[in-house]
Amino acid sequence: MKSTVDSQQSTAGGPDIAEARTKLGQLRGREYWRSLEELLETEDFREHLHREFRVPIESAVNRRELLTLMGASIALAGLTGCTRQPTERIFPYVKAPEELVPGEPLFYATAHVHGGYARGILAKSYEGRPVKIEGNELHPASLGGTDVFAQGSILNMYDPDRSQTLTERGQIRPWSALLAAARLALEKERAGRGAGIRFLTGTITSPTLEKQIGEVLAAFPEAKWVAWEPAGRDNVARGALLAFGEPVEPRYAFDRADVVLSLEADFLGSGPAMPRYVRDFVSRRKAEGTNRLYAVESTPTLTGAKADHRRPMSPAEIEAFATAVAVAVGAIASAAVTNQFVEAVAADLEAHRGSGLVLVGESQPPSVHALAHAINETLGNAGKTVTYSGPVAGGPADQAEAFAGLVKDMESGKVSTLVIVEGNPVFTAPADLGFAKAMEKVGLRIHLGLYDDETSRLCHWHVAQAHPLEAWSDARAFDGTVTILQPLIAPLFGGKSAHELLAAFSDQPERTGHDIVKDYWNGRLPGADFELAWRKALHDGLVAGSAYPAKPVRVRQDFFKSEIRNPKSDIGLTLLFRPDPTIWDGTYANNGWLQELAKPLTKLTWDNAALIAPSTAQKLGLTTEDVVELTLDGRKVEAPVWVMPGQAENCVTVHFGYGRTRGGRVADGKGFDAYALRSSNALWAGLGLEIRKTLRRATLATTQHQYGMEGRDPVRAVTAEEYRKDPAVVARMGEQPPGPKDTLYPTLPTGSYAWGLSIDLSSCVGCNACVIACQSENNIPVVGKEEVARGRALQWIRVDRYYKGGLDNPETVHQPVTCMHCENAPCEVVCPVNATVHSAEGLNQMVYNRCVGTRYCSNNCPYKVRRFNFFLYTDYTTEILKMVRNPDVTVRSRGVMEKCSYCVQRINRARYAAEKEDRPIKDGEIVTACQQACPAQAITFGNVSDPESRVSKAKAESRNYGLLTELGTRPRTTYLALLSNPNPALPAANKAGEGHGGHD
Amino acid sequence: MTERTPTPPAEKPATPPGAILAPGYTFTTLTDKLASIALSRRTPVVWFLGAAVGFGLTMMLLATITYLVFKGVGIWGVNVPVGWGFDILNFVWWIGIGHAGTLISAILLLLRQPWRNSINRFAEAMTIFAVACAGLYPLLHTGRPWLDYWLLPYPNTMGMWPNFRSPLVWDVFAVSTYATVSLLFWYVGMIPDLATLRDRAKKLWAKVLYGALAMGWRGSARHWQRYETASLLLAGLATPLVISVHSVVSFDFAAGVVPGWHSTIFPPYFVAGAIYAGFAMVLTLAIPLRKVYGLEDFITMKHLDNMAKILLATSLIVAYGYGVEAFMASYSGNVYERYVMWNRMNGPYHYMYWALLFCNVIAPQALWFRKVRRNIPALFCLAMIVNVGMWLERYVIIVVSLSRDFLPSSWGMYHGTRFDWSMFLGTIGLFIALLFLFIRMLPMISIFEMRAILPEAKIREEEA
Amino acid sequence: MSGAKLYGLMAEFEDPTALVDATRRAREEGFTKLDAYSPYPIEALTEALDIHDRKLPAVVLGGGILGGLAGYALCYWCSVIEYPLNVGGKPFHSAPAFIIPTFETTILFAAFAAVLGMLGLNGLPMPYHPVFNVPRFALASRDRFFLCIEAKDPKFDHDDTWAFLTKLGPRVVMDVEE
Repeated sequence: MKSTVDSQQSTAGGPDIAEARTKLGQLRGREYWRSLEELLETEDFREHLHREFRVPIESAVNRRELLTLMGASIALAGLTGCTRQPTERIFPYVKAPEELVPGEPLFYATAHVHGGYARGILAKSYEGRPVKIEGNELHPASLGGTDVFAQGSILNMYDPDRSQTLTERGQIRPWSALLAAARLALEKERAGRGAGIRFLTGTITSPTLEKQIGEVLAAFPEAKWVAWEPAGRDNVARGALLAFGEPVEPRYAFDRADVVLSLEADFLGSGPAMPRYVRDFVSRRKAEGTNRLYAVESTPTLTGAKADHRRPMSPAEIEAFATAVAVAVGAIASAAVTNQFVEAVAADLEAHRGSGLVLVGESQPPSVHALAHAINETLGNAGKTVTYSGPVAGGPADQAEAFAGLVKDMESGKVSTLVIVEGNPVFTAPADLGFAKAMEKVGLRIHLGLYDDETSRLCHWHVAQAHPLEAWSDARAFDGTVTILQPLIAPLFGGKSAHELLAAFSDQPERTGHDIVKDYWNGRLPGADFELAWRKALHDGLVAGSAYPAKPVRVRQDFFKSEIRNPKSDIGLTLLFRPDPTIWDGTYANNGWLQELAKPLTKLTWDNAALIAPSTAQKLGLTTEDVVELTLDGRKVEAPVWVMPGQAENCVTVHFGYGRTRGGRVADGKGFDAYALRSSNALWAGLGLEIRKTLRRATLATTQHQYGMEGRDPVRAVTAEEYRKDPAVVARMGEQPPGPKDTLYPTLPTGSYAWGLSIDLSSCVGCNACVIACQSENNIPVVGKEEVARGRALQWIRVDRYYKGGLDNPETVHQPVTCMHCENAPCEVVCPVNATVHSAEGLNQMVYNRCVGTRYCSNNCPYKVRRFNFFLYTDYTTEILKMVRNPDVTVRSRGVMEKCSYCVQRINRARYAAEKEDRPIKDGEIVTACQQACPAQAITFGNVSDPESRVSKAKAESRNYGLLTELGTRPRTTYLALLSNPNPALPAANKAGEGHGGHD
Repeated sequence: MTERTPTPPAEKPATPPGAILAPGYTFTTLTDKLASIALSRRTPVVWFLGAAVGFGLTMMLLATITYLVFKGVGIWGVNVPVGWGFDILNFVWWIGIGHAGTLISAILLLLRQPWRNSINRFAEAMTIFAVACAGLYPLLHTGRPWLDYWLLPYPNTMGMWPNFRSPLVWDVFAVSTYATVSLLFWYVGMIPDLATLRDRAKKLWAKVLYGALAMGWRGSARHWQRYETASLLLAGLATPLVISVHSVVSFDFAAGVVPGWHSTIFPPYFVAGAIYAGFAMVLTLAIPLRKVYGLEDFITMKHLDNMAKILLATSLIVAYGYGVEAFMASYSGNVYERYVMWNRMNGPYHYMYWALLFCNVIAPQALWFRKVRRNIPALFCLAMIVNVGMWLERYVIIVVSLSRDFLPSSWGMYHGTRFDWSMFLGTIGLFIALLFLFIRMLPMISIFEMRAILPEAKIREEEA
Repeated sequence: MSGAKLYGLMAEFEDPTALVDATRRAREEGFTKLDAYSPYPIEALTEALDIHDRKLPAVVLGGGILGGLAGYALCYWCSVIEYPLNVGGKPFHSAPAFIIPTFETTILFAAFAAVLGMLGLNGLPMPYHPVFNVPRFALASRDRFFLCIEAKDPKFDHDDTWAFLTKLGPRVVMDVEE
């Protein structure tokens, strides 16, 4: 296929005049020619004829020649008059839609589908141009919060690398051609009752799509639907099956849990309900009555970082630990190795019957899930803190198994038609299956995807997919709640939705996504008047009462195969597979924002690495940035080492999603492909890893080199106990600020508005949602790996990560740092041109067009929150990227300083509204981008001169403290100290020497 | 009619150790010898070599600047937290070098030190060229150099004015004043010698050029009287100015909150450092010059010895500065101040700190010995070492302090890129080029002031 | 001697002492319109001619004061009157900060006053002056010392003055033509 592309390049381009003359010479009699293209019979011309008259052509044209084609069609404009094209006229608004006021944003409720599960969002749109994603308060999975993927998804829609055409073997084809092909295939299959048809999807929760597939399967009983999600939840289903005999899904109520034990479950960092669970969890993280979290995990996660007690254990040890706890609480009868930690946890869980909770991560084997179910039942937590309901996802219960089966069928030539709906299986499939090779045996391969990626390369047909913000669809949330996805904009590149593709295999192939989805819901929505219910569902962003009801289930007595697994210590190295924290399974690999987002724990950007425990690294003589060769079952991959404090000994973690070869200009060549080591029987943990050190070293771009706090206290942490005893303890920590009298200068009066921000470190889980929200809101460009490595990252808000205690199992804390908007700002005094000055409302304003770029302000900023445009980082040339920008925010050019503005554009919008109605700005009326995105509601913004405002109340707490106040900067951004709630029965986490140095 | 070619006395008696001028010179021979350097004498090959190097590097400088303005300051190693690197550090380094010139011409004049007469002229020239090189950096270190004029207070459509609280604006005032005054001082000092060149020139262009520059100076006693007053007054003005300039430069740092910057000792410590660096540079230039142009009779061992002593003295002051920094850091009990010192000594840049201590404190102690002070190669090496040492000092103050300030999360590293280096070498080239032009075109030793120290210049009172 | 108008008579001396001596004698003789030329400043000569010009220091002082006032006024007007801004919570009138530009402008203005004052009072630049008509005067910037008695002098009489000058033991006496 590549070759045809190349051959095309030669024929592309303008006509050759010299050649034209010679041809003219040969013309005899009354022969007319209409254009050089025709005369020379160029590719362009024949292509044009094909499009105009459907003349079959043999030459292939790949999508990169679209422009050339356009060129031709313009050159031949004379022709188009005499073709049978429907005339399309455009009109200005005669009656403008009343809701559309130029310059005023509109919000549409829809959903962001991540790993198949929906999370409610509101998409902000200017003049029909979506520019920002925000959380939907009404939606159970969001409650107003979002995660990095939802925030970043908007950039994917405007990605210039998105595939823009429907192609067959690289030739541009009309939709009708695909329909024809589909028809043909179905006719062929009819005899065999569709035995050769396979639909391969990701995890599907869309009722409409399930129905559509169902209909096809009904018509072709032998056809199969296979689902493959690289970071799937098979183990959850298997575990439930093992424990209850039916594939139910557990749902947790963290707001009701006093004691939580997480066995490798990163419910605060990922998972279908992440924003919701974060919200519920931190709602119990307040001074009065703090919950307690135990985390047992093999690789550090945000959940572990938040835990009051964290223990790194290898997967095997975790299983043994789970068994021991189960035994200790009497959930199962068996012998088990016990220790102080097990007893303490068990006792704590016992003490909180009905308000305790044990949960297990997807990466754990079914047996551990089953144990957790048993423990929860024994302790009476089931029905209170954990409830069960039918599986939300459709398709085969066990994806991995079905997928393996599919590959076998393909190899044995059973499969003649493979329809891949979304996903990128060629890239994500377990290496041992050899999916890519098996593909060649399939007669007709159709791929629907946002990108012309690794999979579409091996497919005959590639259908450019419409982005979720461009198409109609629906999807279920973790609890079954349905959201109807509505498009905010016509498909930018004329893409098709999964529904429209599936329709091609039904007997109404031409139906639009809108009709398909709406027809499905017609009669299914609550309420007599469908139109009304439909509007309401769209408006709310969810279908009321569509959540699955809790289902009473009992644990089977015989589920526990009582062989005592003692964690063998001589199992060597284990390789752990995890989805990447910022680009997930590779879906977001071409998203610059997410690529440049520092991973929550490593603070690594643009790369993945092999995470190795300090002790193990020492043993193997490895240091960060060494390149090693990882060998698992004979498959080799080279990866840079990252020494990871808190990583379980002898466990090496690799994140999959990197190492794309056809993912787009941003994605390609970044990191290494961890899928290449993943095998279907060891999806999450592979034993017998071998590591060979190479002599090469890699450069990893991290935004934070330092590990510890170097004996300072930017993050003040106390136990809830200490705090309750003596609330003043926080204020006493660290250097004391100068009093209001300790200045020679008169303090300038504060007006009726004085903006301030409060960040609750007890709530913050360090998920980074605020960072991407800020980047999206404030038009912050991406600078690239090299620039990040040089210390030139541009994000306005950063989340600092500090370790406390020894390297083997440190406490990890996160601290979001914005501009402090100091009342006595050191940056302002030193600016020679008054480019950064104070507003009457206490904003530290950055005047871009006055800035000459001396960088003195950045040097003199104790918080180092100022960011500089060392080059022209903003992309001024790519047209489509201009659409993603927020029209309310200046786009910065080269050579100017920039920084957090407290979202001044939002402040001003609120001000206009208030002034129109001649009233003061209400508390909570201004919501900054970071505040809106935060699933934990850790950020509060408002007017500090109003003692009743929420921010004033937060700052009034005795947990409140400012960063570096001893410098007399009087920051307007302050923090609420971090509260922990350790178990008195356990020794506090080892305080052995601070994690010094880092690597710099 | 008395147009003799310069003939120094035939049998040349050795210069006595204490002398600031070799014996046997008359008004005539002295004038002719010094004037001939600019007028008649053949340009030595060494000059062409030096000038070639100078102009070559200057071309590199221009290329770098072009690319810089085209691409942005990103081509340098600067980043966050280290927003200033080679740019400001070279600025401070060059400014410092300039100071010795003013010191020699002004302060020593006020102190009536006749030995200065033979070195003040090119010391002043050195000042001006150094300031020219220094000035390039602040102008080009901004993100948008074409808007630098916004730092000047001028009425504009934005209705904006500079922020007079910013040390950078103080810099604008201080450095521009310094450059202007130095230039005036230098020019005024040259007027009588330009007259000499005018009267001795044979080529028409020379007559016209020097004639115009001499402004019709004719050595009238009345003029001399005002001229001397003016020189004294200028010296009186230049002295506080030179002190203020480096104090202001030090405010760039002292006025900041960065640990390692925010220190009250900076002004005196910077001024001393400047004099130190300046004298090192004067020696670096004087030693080869006197050799190439056979000026041993005018720049005698006495001069080198005196400068060596000043070098020693200032090195002690600077050493005291380092000491106080370290002491205050530990005494203050301030966690950040303490860390800065710890970091300088043990951090990733520790080798810089120790190297600087060697260059600026240890090595110069050799100057206690007369033998060393009078050993020209040794002196030259020491001067070079000090030049390097002072560069390292600024590196430690600026870069190392910035690289690790308050919040460990924001700590970073800085490394100069090849453009940082080409810019630095380029300015050195520019300096050399200007200096060589000066030597070729203008009297590099003040002829009339030398005449004044000739024995025959004495008025024999008993006759009166 | 050509018919050109006479500016004065000039005597050339070999060494400074002779010139100082001659100057004294000339003044004792009662000559008032006379000037001495030397290749370097000679204080004794200033006394001999008893020149007491105190204008220059006054000019410089004036320049300095003007510069100081201008500098502070600029700072104050910009930051307090014309466009007051809250910069880092500092008062609009940040006197300590304003001192520095003030100091610099003081020096700058004073320096200009000194240079321009000196040139102005000396009447420089002056491309033409009669003494340049004497070829040998070129040596005034090298190694010779000249005493010139102008024709404007009331006591001036070509022959008497010529005789007087010759008495002083000059190397040579010459007419100076306008």
